[in-house]
Amino acid sequence: MLELQGLTKVYNTGDKALSDVTLSIPDGQVVALIGPSGAGKSTLIRCINRLVQPTSGTATIDGLNITALGSTGLRKARRKMGMIFQEYALVERLTVMENVLSGRLGYVGFWRSLFRKFPQSDVDEAYRLLDRVGLLEMADKRADALSGGQRQRVGICRALIQNPSLLLVDEPTASLDPKTSRQIMRLIVELCSERGLAAIINIHDVALAQMFVQRVIGLKLGVMVFDGGPDELTPDVLTDIYGEEDWEATIEKVEDEEDEDGQTVLEALIP
Amino acid sequence: MSAALDAKLGQAWKKPAFIANPVMRWTLILGAVAYLIAAFAGIEVNLDRIVRGWARGWEFIVGFTEPDFTSRWKDISKGMFESVVMTVASTVVGIALSIPIALGAARNIAPLPVYLICRAIVAISRALNEIIVAIILVAILGFGPLAGFVTLSFATIGFLAKLLAEDIENMNKVQAEAIKATGARWSQWINFGVQPQVMPRLIGLSMYRVDINFRESAVLGLVGAGGIGGTLNTAFDRYEFDTVAAILLIIIVTVMMLEYLSGIIRGRIQ
Repeated sequence: MLELQGLTKVYNTGDKALSDVTLSIPDGQVVALIGPSGAGKSTLIRCINRLVQPTSGTATIDGLNITALGSTGLRKARRKMGMIFQEYALVERLTVMENVLSGRLGYVGFWRSLFRKFPQSDVDEAYRLLDRVGLLEMADKRADALSGGQRQRVGICRALIQNPSLLLVDEPTASLDPKTSRQIMRLIVELCSERGLAAIINIHDVALAQMFVQRVIGLKLGVMVFDGGPDELTPDVLTDIYGEEDWEATIEKVEDEEDEDGQTVLEALIP
Repeated sequence: MSAALDAKLGQAWKKPAFIANPVMRWTLILGAVAYLIAAFAGIEVNLDRIVRGWARGWEFIVGFTEPDFTSRWKDISKGMFESVVMTVASTVVGIALSIPIALGAARNIAPLPVYLICRAIVAISRALNEIIVAIILVAILGFGPLAGFVTLSFATIGFLAKLLAEDIENMNKVQAEAIKATGARWSQWINFGVQPQVMPRLIGLSMYRVDINFRESAVLGLVGAGGIGGTLNTAFDRYEFDTVAAILLIIIVTVMMLEYLSGIIRGRIQ
């Protein structure tokens, strides 16, 4: 259970990125966070694991107030929050395996990690996850040898090996082609339901969000302006969030494609 | 068609001047020209002295055609050995000291007080030329390679820490952020998030520094800090230009070999 209470972030430049965001997300719920560029979506999820320090308000996970933690407490709390990044954010010069295992850094000591002597259980779990996303043979390849979609799957493994109770997902599909985008979104949503994970997914592509999530939150200039089911996203609501545009095409397109494409995407995902 | 566009059509286009103010621009240009003329006029050319110097210079050049490796070989090999030891030891120690200072001198990693201290160390090391440091250290530690070793280690810090810190500051922030988000400790964060990104640069710079330290070790001997430079200095003092030529050839070949080696190593690391 994630609870945000009056979360506010004002940057040093004076820009108010988030103002007074209050919401709660129960265990296992996958939420899409939509809104125009600069609406504070990235800031919101970074305030939860405190890669960005919120100015005021609180973020609480399972009763633990993240915003009040000291550095050691924060480190322990971050282990429970897996993060998936827009440009994959793999350490490019490390191997795929090292990237996945880096998700365990919060659990192993410095010397073990320095000599890459991770516990066998971690190594086994890394192999299992890589196999799950179809990249088992890539384990010893360097991360920069992978394609975008493959990198994002490694990023997903890195987040999941933390054994998190919450996934923070920042624009997972922004640099991927439409087909890979769907595969990645489907993978994230499937993994969340397999593990009963809650997730917040920042996403630009409204149609894609509607296909996969149970709940949508709309941000506009740091203020929450919408909170509801994906089918409640009417043209009026989208105009409210993004400004005036012809939204009919966006929404219709989704319904068309969902029938014919849903099945093929699922097949493509199986290695 | 808008009025603004109408006014532009048919007009020639010129790249805007680098310095927009024409008065300022022409003042700077004329000032630079005047300075150059004055500077060249200020060079005193003593033709008489040059004519006399030719003979000595020619003797020196002739020495190169028949370098003498044998008659002073004991001194040369001892000097070379000292230089190599000095180079390797000072580079290793210099790198070991540079890495923590580079971490401290990178603004995106270090807190402000640490940053200022580390930048100050780098600035001092860079401000003092090797020769000056060597003269001071020879006075403190006495003649010999120890002074040269300490000098070069100190100089390596200024070079390596500065350039490595700049590379750390230019690293990809998100990759490091992703490691931080897993709950890694600071040391693990450096090891997984920062080190892989700056490793090629660190290795390249270190190789380059081996090269520099070897060349410097040849100069430091001139002020008594040991190494092949000492042998070179003695040979100059005795007017043994054939031995000087031999030593210079050895230095040139060694530097070329190091250059070749570092090229191979840097090519391998991507």
